Amino acid sequence: MRLAWTLFALALAASVAAQLFVAAEPHFALEGLFAFHAVYGFLACAGLIVFAKALGALLKRRDDYYDG
Amino acid sequence: MASALAHPGLLLVAAALALAALEGRARAALALAAPAGALALAWNLEEGVHGRADFLGLALVPFAADALSRLFAIVFALMAFCGALFALNQERRAELPAAFLYAGSAIGAVLAGDLLTLFVFWEAMAVGSTLVLWSAATPSAYRASLRYLMVHLAGGTLLLVGIAAQVLETGSAAFAPMRPEGFAQWLILAAFLVNAAAWPLSAWLPDAYPEASWSGMVFLSAFTTKTAVYALLRGFPGAEILVPVGLVMVFYGIVYALLENDMRRILAYSIVNKVGFMVAGAGIGTPMALNGAAAHAFTHILYKALLLMSAGSVLYRTGRRLCTDLGGLWRSMPLTCACGIVGALSSSSFPLTSGFVSKSMIGQAAAEGHLFVVWMLFAAASAGVFLHAGFPWFVFFQKDSGLRPPDPPWNMRAAMLLLAALCIGLGIAYGPLYALLPYSATYEPYTAWHLVAQLQLLLFSGLAFFAMLGWLKRTRTITLDTDWLWRGAPARAVARTAAACAAAFATAEARLRAGLRSAGAQARRLHGPQAPLARTWPSGAIGIGVMSLLLALLLSYYLSGG
Repeated sequence: MRLAWTLFALALAASVAAQLFVAAEPHFALEGLFAFHAVYGFLACAGLIVFAKALGALLKRRDDYYDG
Repeated sequence: MASALAHPGLLLVAAALALAALEGRARAALALAAPAGALALAWNLEEGVHGRADFLGLALVPFAADALSRLFAIVFALMAFCGALFALNQERRAELPAAFLYAGSAIGAVLAGDLLTLFVFWEAMAVGSTLVLWSAATPSAYRASLRYLMVHLAGGTLLLVGIAAQVLETGSAAFAPMRPEGFAQWLILAAFLVNAAAWPLSAWLPDAYPEASWSGMVFLSAFTTKTAVYALLRGFPGAEILVPVGLVMVFYGIVYALLENDMRRILAYSIVNKVGFMVAGAGIGTPMALNGAAAHAFTHILYKALLLMSAGSVLYRTGRRLCTDLGGLWRSMPLTCACGIVGALSSSSFPLTSGFVSKSMIGQAAAEGHLFVVWMLFAAASAGVFLHAGFPWFVFFQKDSGLRPPDPPWNMRAAMLLLAALCIGLGIAYGPLYALLPYSATYEPYTAWHLVAQLQLLLFSGLAFFAMLGWLKRTRTITLDTDWLWRGAPARAVARTAAACAAAFATAEARLRAGLRSAGAQARRLHGPQAPLARTWPSGAIGIGVMSLLLALLLSYYLSGG
């Protein structure tokens, strides 16, 4: 398990570091910021998870809800 | 006219009829040969009109092809082949013929040159897909299929009225690009969006599809929504309304998939998510966007089928469908697990998979059109897609459920391997796919910048997934969707009101009947046979009566006249 997390952390670091060696071709100015995709990807997912959790609090029902 | 007989869709429909009569090896041979033949016919389709007809004074083109319809016909036929291979050992004999009717009608719909032919095949698809659902033969599948059929018949009615209005307006039934500006066009657009599972009319998809058999949902995932995408690409390219509609579908699909426990319902919500990208692409409407939507439809059909085959194999071996009841299956089902992972990576547009070379074209089109907000939302959604790629995690890893089912039989394994090879093959050698695309727009997926950007996006999505795993834990729940309106409290309120009205009506009717009955009895008492007012009198009595009247007259005459 520890090995898997180490490898994953290395992959994360590599994907960010790779940006130093690649000519940026951003479509928008914002996209050209360092590690934009990494930060944005993480925040987007975290935001979606939090939103889903909140929606779930409102709309989740027992799975025999329609059977009764 | 010879070319009119070489219709790949009709070949599949004819095979459906023949399959129903065959058994054993002959059945298996035809089940594979028919879609292979349809694929060959679709591949060799020449652009142009292949059949004309006159109907009620309208010039119809029941069979025509161009680059766009050829792409869809090819992937539909390919899908029918893979699905048939996977379903060879399905014991329910009605399912495969129903699936061929469904697939053949879908091919017929994309090769229809006019709106009336499109409508006929559109309805045939609804029938075929309902039959696929019925062949699951469970009570819940039957109930879901009726709800499914209601939605699609309503959509079909919208389409028919829209087509009639369009023909009245223009005098032509040709299926040409339209703008959503008049009554007819709005109705046609609405009918297309019903089948595309656009929110809020999306609930039929995750409601019905997961009730199909382990092989049935593989077929269902491919044809209805993608025929609708085709119809939008041909009928409404560049209709701006489709961009917000598509974006809502994209996020709806992600959020609902995150909350879902049923593994195949997770994948069903993910279909809505993916079709949302295509619908938005149709709305952007540039050659790059339309190419992207078409390419994404092509690759999506294949990787979604692969994911559903992986889930279907688990269902086939374990009979379980909930993430909370599954987990740790990688030990005993390594091939099914590996194929599920390939499907999930492809679905997330991971580099070297088919999703990477197709979906990114739509984002590129948004960027080229300077649609900053749309592009940002696409990027957020592309990250979020990785979250519901969590399907392999919950089924094959997560925890040890103690289940040790083996990989499925050879034909199911072969179908998965074939699709996995296509997902990776098209991701590396994308030339043949790009050659099929309908519009001229050059796109190079493998630039260093695109690779780095996409890897950052996906890897950090993965980090969010594993870091917040506790929040993603599945529970034995469903999440209310718009179908609550016709399944939940509102439907019960309508049913209660209807029952109360029926009871009140019955009481009033009973009272009215009782009143009428007593009035009748009274009338019978007075006027019935032998009743006082209707008795027959003997003629002698009448004679006496008349005589006494005459006597009285005579008497009065004498008395007065004197």
